[in-house]
Amino acid sequence: MVVSQTTKNIDYETVIGLEVHVQLSTKSKMYCSCSAAYSSAPPNTHVCPVCLGLPGSLPVINKQAVEYTMMMGLALNCNIAEHSHFDRKSYPYPDLMKGFQISQYDAPLAYGGWIDIETEQVVNRIRITRVHLEEDVSKLLHQTNSLGEIYSLVDVNRSGVPLMEVVSEPDIRSPEEARHYLMTLHSIVRYLGISTGNMEEGSFRCDANISIRERGTTRSNNKVEVKNMNSFKAVYQALSFEAQRQRELVQKGEHISMETRGWVDNKEITVSQRSKEYAHDYRYFPEPDLPPLVIERNWVTEIQKNMPELAQQKRDRFVEQYGLSLYDASLLTESRALADYFETCLKSPALQNLPKQKAAKELSNWLLGEFNRLLNLSNIDITRTKITPQMMGELIVFANDNIINISSGKVVLEVMFQTGKIAKDIIAEMNLARIGDTSAIDEIVKQAIQANPDAVADYKRGKEQALKFLVGQVMRISKGRADAKITAEIIKQNLIEGE
Amino acid sequence: MALSREEVEHIARLARLGITEADKDKFCDQLSNILEQFQTLEEVDTNNVLPTAQVTDRQNSMREDNILPSLPQDAVLSNAPWREQEYFRVRAVLEE
Amino acid sequence: MTRAVLERINKVEPAVHSFITVTEDIALKQAEKADELLCKEETTPLTGIPVLIKDVMCTQGTRTTCASRMLENFIPPYNATVVEKLNQCGTVMVGKSNMDEFAMGSSTENSAFFPTHNPWDVDRVPGGSSGGSAAAIAADEALFALGSDTGGSIRQPAGFCSVVGLKPTYGRVSRFGLVAFASSLDQIGPFTKDITDCALVLNAIAGQDSRDSTSSPRPVPDYTRALIPDLHGIRLGVPQEFFGAGIQPDVREILESAIKKLEELGASINRDISLPHTRYALAVYYIIAPSEASTNLARYDGVKYGFSYRDAETMWDNMDATRQFGFGPEVKRRIMLGTYALSAGYYDAYYLKAQKVRTLIREDYARAFEKCDALITPSSPSVPFKLGEKVDDPLQMYLSDICTIPANIAGIPGISIPAGFSDGLPVGMQIMAPQFGEEILLRTAFAYEQATEWHLKKPQVKL
Repeated sequence: MVVSQTTKNIDYETVIGLEVHVQLSTKSKMYCSCSAAYSSAPPNTHVCPVCLGLPGSLPVINKQAVEYTMMMGLALNCNIAEHSHFDRKSYPYPDLMKGFQISQYDAPLAYGGWIDIETEQVVNRIRITRVHLEEDVSKLLHQTNSLGEIYSLVDVNRSGVPLMEVVSEPDIRSPEEARHYLMTLHSIVRYLGISTGNMEEGSFRCDANISIRERGTTRSNNKVEVKNMNSFKAVYQALSFEAQRQRELVQKGEHISMETRGWVDNKEITVSQRSKEYAHDYRYFPEPDLPPLVIERNWVTEIQKNMPELAQQKRDRFVEQYGLSLYDASLLTESRALADYFETCLKSPALQNLPKQKAAKELSNWLLGEFNRLLNLSNIDITRTKITPQMMGELIVFANDNIINISSGKVVLEVMFQTGKIAKDIIAEMNLARIGDTSAIDEIVKQAIQANPDAVADYKRGKEQALKFLVGQVMRISKGRADAKITAEIIKQNLIEGE
Repeated sequence: MALSREEVEHIARLARLGITEADKDKFCDQLSNILEQFQTLEEVDTNNVLPTAQVTDRQNSMREDNILPSLPQDAVLSNAPWREQEYFRVRAVLEE
Repeated sequence: MTRAVLERINKVEPAVHSFITVTEDIALKQAEKADELLCKEETTPLTGIPVLIKDVMCTQGTRTTCASRMLENFIPPYNATVVEKLNQCGTVMVGKSNMDEFAMGSSTENSAFFPTHNPWDVDRVPGGSSGGSAAAIAADEALFALGSDTGGSIRQPAGFCSVVGLKPTYGRVSRFGLVAFASSLDQIGPFTKDITDCALVLNAIAGQDSRDSTSSPRPVPDYTRALIPDLHGIRLGVPQEFFGAGIQPDVREILESAIKKLEELGASINRDISLPHTRYALAVYYIIAPSEASTNLARYDGVKYGFSYRDAETMWDNMDATRQFGFGPEVKRRIMLGTYALSAGYYDAYYLKAQKVRTLIREDYARAFEKCDALITPSSPSVPFKLGEKVDDPLQMYLSDICTIPANIAGIPGISIPAGFSDGLPVGMQIMAPQFGEEILLRTAFAYEQATEWHLKKPQVKL
């Protein structure tokens, strides 16, 4: 360990590698047929001899979990192993039912991949070391009772839930890049439909290894493992804090100890959890209860064939095919559900008479604007909306054909969103059709002029603002239905005539 | 191949086996003797020999992703040495 | 029949100590049910037959101790697949048999509760680890028994007690519910009074199990059809390595006469068979088995089931003490050995090396079986030894499995059958066949049994 004493002006770079654990959304657990949906189950009800680690029980591999992991491997440009197997990883802990975890050591399902991460217009390729499959552990609930006793309660429901681990090379150079990398992985698992990706519930968790080194050198200081980061924001904050902490230590000429540190969200700091001086010795060896996997290439091809389009590909296709801006396409493809909704709307019969690019542009505006606002406000998932793609298409056609104006359109959308009624009925019931007939508007304009002599006077003195005010009054009286352009024209005519 | 007391202590700790001082001496002797017998393996040329981890004729032994009933909660907890409500109870897990 | 067996158990148990648990209530209930089935003629050859289960196989509602303090009060909430299969045949479980703790031992003296005595000479051991099952069959305490065999735990005690004991091919019988000792070596098999019963029990317990990934999908033949009392056209090999200096002279002599008998029955005998890596089998075994065991036994931490020490301040101290007081000395020795062999810095020299030599041993057998159909060896290098004789010398104890260990390493089937007596003490003959060669093995054993009377001899249990 060389610590330079005169480090004031040295330029350091941050070196980060991430280990991401993803709970797979299989129906059953990794090595037994208990339900994997543990989160809302009463304690110790999704438990059998296998996941409880009872004497005599034996594991059986969940094929779906293997295929999900292969999909992830392919999405990350990995090689899919021809020969893979499972290993026992020994570490005693009361949340680990067998005293070992069935994981993968030297023959992971997928290895040697990469993904490109775009941060502020700079693309960096992050190498993926491996993607492997293992099992989750039980939940320990920490308690203090009225006697002041501190103890833990064990709920075994989570034990054996499939966990996929994605390990990156230490190619990440900033907390911001780490955040982007994670968001990209998250988008991939959501697009593949292999995990809920829920970070708060622990379905998508991340540990980081972080160290700093003099820029241009390859020799890093001791690396620190950071845990307990439960959101993208926490990952960014924890790594920023840690990078800064390490820089300060080195600048003071102090030693960075190799240790595990936990992020404390409410204090926004990392604290030491345990030192690695007494290193774990996991004693990996091949799991004798599970025969090896021999992965024929036609199995890989089959999975490749059924892989869904991922976010980046979809974004680029939206730009190409629908003439959308890169910005809009990125927003539309942020979640697969929104992207799918967008495309189903476009295919609805209602929109078949509009030119495709025109329809796409209009639809994109509605979805990213008002519809998105309503979803966020009501906290309803897009997959649960009452507005069918055909209904959305009809609304857009009404707006495009000038049957309703924009502000009425927003009202129609909101009512549709709440009630599930179709646009045509809402327009009729609420009398929202645009008023384009000049004599009808003329009548309303006359009412407005009569009621607002001050504004009329202002206008005549040359205040253009007064015209806008009067248009607003017409809109108020017509409940927004009057055509704004025609209204302005008629007001002007009336005021000139009135002179 | 003599095993030191420190090694015996280290192994016992990895295996989470409490051992007495007398045990340590006994293990030193007995394990050293046994390990000495294992030395015979060194005579065998195993260059280019693949390891055998298991002798089953099977590969790709997997099941479909279907749910089967779990044990009743009472059966899960029936052998619990220390139980609190519907949970197993253990002393606080503090890092060593 | 069940009542007669229960009476016999009451009579001889004080001298033999084969049982950890006698399940009289279950036996009577199952016998009643079997009677109903017999009336309705919905029977199998095993309906109503009293069976003893080694206490290492899970029996729902009946404690399963593995002869360990650790599991003294453990009542499994599920049945082992073999137990399920026997129940479906309508067998009658009379109890759970004594064994070496967690099946680790060769004399049944490592039971945490009491040793089992050999019915042929109650001052001697019945062999192990399935000593309770073997002794019980010899002493007529059940009509058949199940044992488990990791390095000879069925065949060596069968030889010591002059009964038939079969270790099937690895994967032939489901291990689900068999408390694991060494997962890549363990296999369940029957103890019976003769070869016909052995074939019938194998018929009942063999076959693929969706809960054991290592169980073989090969169809199960009717093994009774292999029982042909003629050995013409059968090529038997006598590997020189099993007749060397480590084998007692009287055992060698008895084996030689047995081989002569096999020749008379029509078999051709090939003495030019060599298994050169046999001398390494013991070391390979005592690295691989403890390594796997050290992880299989990691689950006994006092949290979910079993013995639990609770008086220490911290969880870790409780865990250490639970394992210190819950396990006996041989189990601890093997956990230590296995943990060492897998630990950083020693893995390559021990575990990996043993795995490679395992390959060479398998290849020895593959080559041998090109030249012969089955191999003939003693079941153990000696006749039953005295209780207490080897308890303090683990290495001497380990050597008594020297004839049986290779079959587990190679995953092949082996059977021990009565082959004679030396000063009134039993000597067993082992027959080994290629993987899934149970039929040739049963045929050879059957022909020998039909031509001899050793299996008809009964011990006079000194009460």
